[in-house]
Amino acid sequence: MSEPFYFYTQFNLVEILNKKSKNVMELLEGIKVVPDSSIFYHTHKFLEQHHYLLPEPANDFAYWISDVLEENTLGEEIGSIDIIDFPSIKELRNGFIKILKERTNKGKPARICPEGSEFHFMACKTFILPAPYVAHDLEEFKEILKKITKSSLYFHIFEARIRLGKVDNDFSRWLRDLGKDKIAAEISRLDPYTYTLEGLREKIISIICKEN
Amino acid sequence: MTKLDEYRKIAGDNVIDELHFLASRVSGKTIQNINSTAVGGGVAEILSRIMPLLKELGVDIGWSVIKGDEKFFVISKKIHNALHSARVEITNDDLNYFLDVNQKNAEEINFYGDIIFVHDPQPAALIKKREKIGKNWIWRCHIDFSNPNKRIWSFLKSYIEKYDTVVFSAPTFGRNISTKQILISPSIDPLSEKNRDLSAKFIDSVFEGYGIDREKPIITQISRFDYLKDPIGVIRAYRLVKKHIDCQLVLAGGGATDDPEGKKVLKAVTEEAKEDKDIFVLHLSPASHIEINALQRGSTIILQKSLREGFGLTVSEALWKAKPVIASAVGGIPLQIIHRYSGILTHTIEGTAYWIKQLLNDPEYAKKLGENGREHIKDNFLITRHIRDYLLLFLSLYYKKDIVYL
Repeated sequence: MSEPFYFYTQFNLVEILNKKSKNVMELLEGIKVVPDSSIFYHTHKFLEQHHYLLPEPANDFAYWISDVLEENTLGEEIGSIDIIDFPSIKELRNGFIKILKERTNKGKPARICPEGSEFHFMACKTFILPAPYVAHDLEEFKEILKKITKSSLYFHIFEARIRLGKVDNDFSRWLRDLGKDKIAAEISRLDPYTYTLEGLREKIISIICKEN
Repeated sequence: MTKLDEYRKIAGDNVIDELHFLASRVSGKTIQNINSTAVGGGVAEILSRIMPLLKELGVDIGWSVIKGDEKFFVISKKIHNALHSARVEITNDDLNYFLDVNQKNAEEINFYGDIIFVHDPQPAALIKKREKIGKNWIWRCHIDFSNPNKRIWSFLKSYIEKYDTVVFSAPTFGRNISTKQILISPSIDPLSEKNRDLSAKFIDSVFEGYGIDREKPIITQISRFDYLKDPIGVIRAYRLVKKHIDCQLVLAGGGATDDPEGKKVLKAVTEEAKEDKDIFVLHLSPASHIEINALQRGSTIILQKSLREGFGLTVSEALWKAKPVIASAVGGIPLQIIHRYSGILTHTIEGTAYWIKQLLNDPEYAKKLGENGREHIKDNFLITRHIRDYLLLFLSLYYKKDIVYL
């Protein structure tokens, strides 16, 4: 008998860091030194705030490079980085550094943003709290998935995997313990960054319904 | 008075239950808000809404207002404008008077809170009291700090850096200071008189009362009469539109008790608008919330053409009513509007006029902008999110790590 699944949720208090950049070189220097919570914030904020508009999580770095500096090729490169391929914030940070270093090593003159449009580095302090749901079996789990908040879904899929260093999302880890390896593998295989949060909820529920 | 449970229908049961959980973790701490006015203006308005709800959640929270004479409020208004980068003359005597009034208040106020939550520049120098009484101090800045007057910022900075935490409404307001800086957007209350649903009959009666024709497009800007809201620029944009489309302009707003400049601006706006029967300049009392609600709901397009803006709550109010909004890309407005998805961001009078024409000629697109805007406000700018952020802010004073398990 495996342990029940305890649902949690999370909220971020956003911190404005004393760091801003006006060109790609300064952005690179910032990415090298800001705390992990800053890299996480700038690559995940869009998912929570604009989930109803677009499934694509234009990370803040890519958005600024494309829309403010108008360096569209570099913006696309940074924007299309597959966050799901990185097991930790440390490696994701290195992924950005690699692309930006290649760009700055080419010696092209760095475009400077208009005054007032600098990239402002932010970070977040994350508070994790229990949600009022516990699932003891797959049926209960599926029913609870329909009613948890978007923040709770976000926590178990995104935050748990990359920020808390659990390697996989919480749902797949529990489902494996429950002996539902096929469902677990299908959920692990999803690229959650290409769904809106509601779309992701529906997809996970449909996987459970199909395989059960 | 609105009860917390009434928000369940709008925000969802989970959201309210989470607030109860967070509030239980703040239990045992007393929070004391301090600002400069009890009536009028965005700060007093939001405190009036948030305080009762926090109390209902069991948070021990109070509110003190500093005392000052007209001279103090004239000086503090000049400081406010200078921080918004307006050119104003502030003498050393003015600054000394400002400090004297703060000092006098520091002696008279009973600082009963464990957390002293000071709002805006007027009472910022109360922090000197900390040397004697200790406690946790937060300074909440509600104004646009993107380009403050250097001398005045330098004056204020020496006080701000003594706080434990500073709260700004937009990332661009962040300063190069040693104090921790937190981003908290303000919010609107969907159940307040300014935002709750209204009957079509009531909306009609408000427009009828002011003699505004509902058959012709209505472009409206709601804001107090202040140069920083650029009411003259709004009239000029309207005139560019009027050459091609027959429409009406409504400029409506009230005044706060700490805003002596309002009368001067109202006079200038009235003169600029004279002889055009399709321009309606409405000077409303600070309590005219329901009329403002009706004016927003009955308008075709809402403008917020501010030159500087703390946050621009009127944008959230209009978007909550699913109205197409055209607003300047200043202060906190870009947080509320994603250009061409949930509203329109402009930088000039001509750009504003261009987009007014576009939206008047393409009502389907205008409708979609409004619908997206409402969804964005529902998720990010309602009072329930604001209360949650404040609870997290209070908790952050006691939990120092990046990841906190409650």
